[in-house]
Amino acid sequence: MDLNWNLLLQLLLNGVIVGMLYGVVAMCFVLIYKSTQVVNFAQGEFVVLGAWVCWSMIAWMELHFIPAFLFALVFMTLYGVIVQVVVLRPLVGEPIISVIMATIGLSIFMQALMNWVFGNNAESFPDIFGGWKIEIGGLQVEAGYLLSFVLSIVVMLAFFWFFKYSRWGLAMRATAFNQQVAASLGISTRQVFAMAWAISALVSAIAGIVLGLVNGVSTGLAFIGIKVFPAVIVGGLDSIVGAILGGVIIGVLENGAEFVDGQILKVGNMYKVAPFYVLILILMIKPYGLFGTKDIERV
Amino acid sequence: MTQPERMLEVEGVSLRFGGVRALNNVSFHVERGELFSIIGPNGAGKTSLLNCISGRYRPNEGSIRFRGEQLLGRSINDRARLGIGRTFQNLALFGHMSVLDNILVGRHHLLKNNVITGMLYWASGARREELAHRKRVEEIIDFLEIQHVRNEPAGTLSYGLRKRVELARAVAIEPELILLDEPMAGMNLEEKEDMARYIVDLGQEFNMTIVMIEHDMGVVVDLSDRVIVLDFGKLIAGGTPEEVMADEHVKRAYLGEEDELLHDEEAEAMPSKQPEGVGA
Repeated sequence: MDLNWNLLLQLLLNGVIVGMLYGVVAMCFVLIYKSTQVVNFAQGEFVVLGAWVCWSMIAWMELHFIPAFLFALVFMTLYGVIVQVVVLRPLVGEPIISVIMATIGLSIFMQALMNWVFGNNAESFPDIFGGWKIEIGGLQVEAGYLLSFVLSIVVMLAFFWFFKYSRWGLAMRATAFNQQVAASLGISTRQVFAMAWAISALVSAIAGIVLGLVNGVSTGLAFIGIKVFPAVIVGGLDSIVGAILGGVIIGVLENGAEFVDGQILKVGNMYKVAPFYVLILILMIKPYGLFGTKDIERV
Repeated sequence: MTQPERMLEVEGVSLRFGGVRALNNVSFHVERGELFSIIGPNGAGKTSLLNCISGRYRPNEGSIRFRGEQLLGRSINDRARLGIGRTFQNLALFGHMSVLDNILVGRHHLLKNNVITGMLYWASGARREELAHRKRVEEIIDFLEIQHVRNEPAGTLSYGLRKRVELARAVAIEPELILLDEPMAGMNLEEKEDMARYIVDLGQEFNMTIVMIEHDMGVVVDLSDRVIVLDFGKLIAGGTPEEVMADEHVKRAYLGEEDELLHDEEAEAMPSKQPEGVGA
């Protein structure tokens, strides 16, 4: 059989780049889960809202890309804080399932709101790169993908620095480990929770805008919120490094499945389901994910 | 001389969990600089009382004042900022973090600079602030003799060392009042002696007021200025260790009916009693 190896390499490269973006969104997810034990089902909507805000600043207010981008980041950071204070803070101490239901409600609310404000149609960003591409070893990389790659790396390094060296990062790790103990050391868990949501919303916005640049903005972009589930589960719900690797694995798998599908099986749409098959497999073998912490009890 | 304000005043504190009375109208006070012990049989409500002071539980009745200030209604982290530190009965270290990071978490609320001013590292005083804090953290590490494990993950250390790291973390928040929940539980004799020395030094060198729950009667009698005894949530006796040990209620409730055993314990404990008014 004559397979198109160049296509395979191209798809794998795309897989890594898209996978890193999944990893970034998965990190947002893990950040909230780690510090507040909340599974945020509105993660995808955060991504889309960030993209819409940036797009509307360009399309409606006729801003340039950079100021629009920065405005979207500031807006989403505040939005994250507001969501935490208005929706989640009143639920502190309630059963975790109630809190998770609230995030599902939030997701539906945000979808409806965005449909109302921005409409149902997909919109594309003005072409800020002018179709600029680079070639790496015979493979074509679009400027949007390159930006995505660079921003993913920047976000990951920023996360690493924040948690390793900043006192707020340290406070967040302490809170994630044990809220009572952290509070007894003078850390305001309220502030930590608000900050977790703010950072998560901010980083989601970056991912959303990058995705929007490549694929256009539409409510459908929220699919990424579901896609990161396999990434997060593969990596382990409470591991940031796991989230990144899980994202890359899912990205590569998706594109690998597309290749196998398009060249050999010809079933169609394999790339959409393959990650979920892997998700089930991994859960069967390693229920805590590749990097998740097992609950070990010392007796 | 100003009137020495009372470090801690607990008045009529009651705590109920459903129908269970964990604490029943408990009142006592702790003077500045005292080493104060709470004793009592298992389930007497000692840790519940400590949790009321640190803010984890909210009493149903009563008032708790710290340096004259009402504590009830304040959050746990607020009380830590006011100057109340604590350790936990079951070790509660951040196991994946290094010893140093564990201690640095305790400094969090003392630092003024944030991510933004930190970017102006040299201009904003962030550098000076950080150096001062590092120095203080080193002092605490030296004091508790944990230099050799400073970069180890806290979870991998031996039990006695973990207890010391936890104490270091509580000291790092610069409390005026420190609450120790069974600081010597599960330690061997040598570790207990070390810990006793650290606790006495906390009072004398760090000028901290100490409230301690401890089961080892020898330690309690040796170290404490004053002792209270809880039984089934009620305060049944209080006073100097000698007074408390001689109290009939205490003998019955805490030490059982066997008089012989009590005499042994007393005889052992009496000679090495510390002078009173430590740090006053």
